[in-house]
Amino acid sequence: MKSTGLHIGEVAPGVKKVDPIIVADHVSKSFGGLTAVDVEHLEVPRGVITALIGPNGAGKTTFFNLLTGFDTPDSGTWEFEGQSLAGIPAHKVAQRGQVRTFQLTKALSLLTVLENMKLGAKDQQGENLFASIFPFLWKPKEAEIEARALELLERFKLLKLKDDFAASLSGGQRKLLEMARALMSEPTLVMLDEPMAGVNPALTESLLEHILDLKKEGMTVLFVEHDMHMVRHIADWVVVMAEGKIIAEGAPDQVMSNVAVVDAYLGSHQDTDLGVVTGRIELPEGEA
Amino acid sequence: MAEQDGPVVEISDLVAGYLPGVNILEGCNLTAAKGELIGIIGPNGAGKSTLLKAMFGQVNVRGGSMKLMGEDITGLKANELVARGVGMVPQNNNVFPSLTIEENLEMGVYQDPSKLDEGMTTVTELFSELKPRLKQRAGSLSGGERQMVAMGRALMMNPSVLLLDEPSAGLSPVRQDEAFIRVSEINKAGVTTVMVEQNARRCLQICDRAYVLDQGKDAYTGTGRELLNDPRVIELYLGSLGA
Amino acid sequence: MDWNSIYINTAQALFNPVTIAFALAALGLAIHFGFVGLLNFGIAGFMAVGGYGYAISALSFGFPWWASMLTAIAASILFALVLGLPTLQLRGDYLAIVTIASAEIVRLLLVSQAFNSVTGSADGLTGFADDFRSVNPFPEGDYGFGPWSYTENQFWILIVGLIILILSLFVVWRLVNSPWGRVIKGIREDEDAVRALGKNVFGYKLQALMVGGVIAGLGGVIYVLPSSANPMTFITSLTFFVWTALLLGGAATVFGPLLGALIFWVLQAFLGSLLPALAEVGALGAFSSSQAGALRFVIIGILLILIVVFRPQGLVGDKRELTFVR
Repeated sequence: MKSTGLHIGEVAPGVKKVDPIIVADHVSKSFGGLTAVDVEHLEVPRGVITALIGPNGAGKTTFFNLLTGFDTPDSGTWEFEGQSLAGIPAHKVAQRGQVRTFQLTKALSLLTVLENMKLGAKDQQGENLFASIFPFLWKPKEAEIEARALELLERFKLLKLKDDFAASLSGGQRKLLEMARALMSEPTLVMLDEPMAGVNPALTESLLEHILDLKKEGMTVLFVEHDMHMVRHIADWVVVMAEGKIIAEGAPDQVMSNVAVVDAYLGSHQDTDLGVVTGRIELPEGEA
Repeated sequence: MAEQDGPVVEISDLVAGYLPGVNILEGCNLTAAKGELIGIIGPNGAGKSTLLKAMFGQVNVRGGSMKLMGEDITGLKANELVARGVGMVPQNNNVFPSLTIEENLEMGVYQDPSKLDEGMTTVTELFSELKPRLKQRAGSLSGGERQMVAMGRALMMNPSVLLLDEPSAGLSPVRQDEAFIRVSEINKAGVTTVMVEQNARRCLQICDRAYVLDQGKDAYTGTGRELLNDPRVIELYLGSLGA
Repeated sequence: MDWNSIYINTAQALFNPVTIAFALAALGLAIHFGFVGLLNFGIAGFMAVGGYGYAISALSFGFPWWASMLTAIAASILFALVLGLPTLQLRGDYLAIVTIASAEIVRLLLVSQAFNSVTGSADGLTGFADDFRSVNPFPEGDYGFGPWSYTENQFWILIVGLIILILSLFVVWRLVNSPWGRVIKGIREDEDAVRALGKNVFGYKLQALMVGGVIAGLGGVIYVLPSSANPMTFITSLTFFVWTALLLGGAATVFGPLLGALIFWVLQAFLGSLLPALAEVGALGAFSSSQAGALRFVIIGILLILIVVFRPQGLVGDKRELTFVR
């Protein structure tokens, strides 16, 4: 299930990929005197799931914002599908097939679930000011969009909530809605900013399945996460950022045993029981 | 083991909610004995944060009762609760960014400034990393550091019970572990602690007892170890990826 | 107490070009604020631009009525562009301040001696409705029944006003229930979310500003046609009256503005007749009858506060839909 053979040459930060969908060069951004992002070179492999991990303040969300046009860099160029995206505003980036979700969910609470979904579709004649006054011009497309929306809602198990205002959904359901909505435009690259944050462990499994489905359908996924079990479970490739730079890249197991990564991010207690570490429980002799 | 002077916190059949007519808690129970570390886990929407906020007077209580050290505290406002010995560490907006760390800690004894010196000594010993940085602006701190300051502030009044709302939220694995170890240390120093957590695995590993909330009620309870090995909990909240 | 004249005054407020003009202005504002969330505190400016656009084109350029109408519309669009391009990036409260300033700038330009030949400065403009009256299909006579009685010209302006109002309501209703309206509702709540879905948020906000501006501008035309175009009409108080009408009816609805305008004017007329009458029979203590008339504005001000505090969604609004309601 995991994809391999994604890189060319020795594994190191900035290593080239066999089939990159994004190639970024010398991207940097500072706020005040603080360097938020300083990425020499990064290539994101196409058609697989890449995880972007790192401590808070490492620059992951800032990097996301730069790639998707929500922020402008101080320097750097990057290409998506061979076309330069530098200076392209956020809405145009989305139109080109690169969609993103946000750390703090942006399900539009004052719209119903179905309206949220329909908003996600692209090429809607009905969104034109003059065309919108004449329903006959956009009704057919609207029916098409609704059919697709209902299909996606069914898949994400949100169908019976379709006429509820998104405000009444739980946190986990809103995450699902945001993901489903992002898929309405049939994107090529889906960028998820902490998709698991605030979601129950039980719901996590189904969310992971959905993300794996994206890969099955040929999309590329790039996600930011702190949940290492999730990363190990579904990521084909892992990129580690710390203090704005990329400090490691590679297959999940490789990266997680990398000393620099452990020090900066994972901590040495990753797989141990904190009850033991804090001395609250005593284990019988012979167990770790 | 904890001394049995009677429970520090005793919550019976609590009914509470935010919007009129909509109850989040539908008869919730919880007790915390002196010195215990209590965990509260459960799905989103089950009422974990609501229970904690009810303990801090931030939610409308519509039924049931809450007692602190045997005295009824149902319906009291937050400032009254602080005066009675409840310390709260919220998840977000937990420090004053424009104030220094020292000033943030000073805010903790606002209700009783006579406790300033004692509180400052205790807290700076507990969080020795803060000692050299007391004059630093809290706004320049990372999420995990702010949480440390917020905890320190709550501890300044030497509270009878410390309430923590998802201390590990948004933190990287190494910082999460640090946060949990820190909570454990504070509790070992004698502070009765009630902690709501999303990271059920880590929470259960360090707490004495825990409550699993579901649909506004305490569905089941047990020691941390019992629940870690409970098949129902494993299936619902730990998943097969846990531990 | 002369209840009959109180009744007549109040009833007349129901079918009145001023009420219709207000309904149009409130409808325009509903698009700006109710649907997109733009804090436009300069709606009087749009009405002035529309009204004066008509008047100046008729008087200075001798345009026939339909060309004057088109000029009023074009002027409103231009004003929306000039206002919107530099300011739509501003945060809500800053936008509010800028819009107040812009409406005042318009008024001060109109009152200034420098453009006297075109604008009539402080005296304003009259006599621009001739061509409009010349196409009046209704022959000379009295129209109406009961408390409503109009001359043929008054009736004509009323009918035209109603037609414009109905057309505008129709267009807005269509817009709001279309995909365009959906994007707008999304923008009102969270611009970044909508941007991430590939929509050009700035463009949509500008379009909304223009559409609402044109409707408010037409309101300005209906306001000035029966009488005159005077800068003293388009003062900041006018903006706040329109806001009151809008909030009273329901800011994020299609028919709320109309309802609000009706109630506002009926109430105004009622209090404007009742209070002086009460003062005259001594029921209001020390207030003279002219002072009592002014008291109605105090009452309306209190009403505005009460609405915002206790029922911000207005009479027909839906509380769940409003972003400014907690």
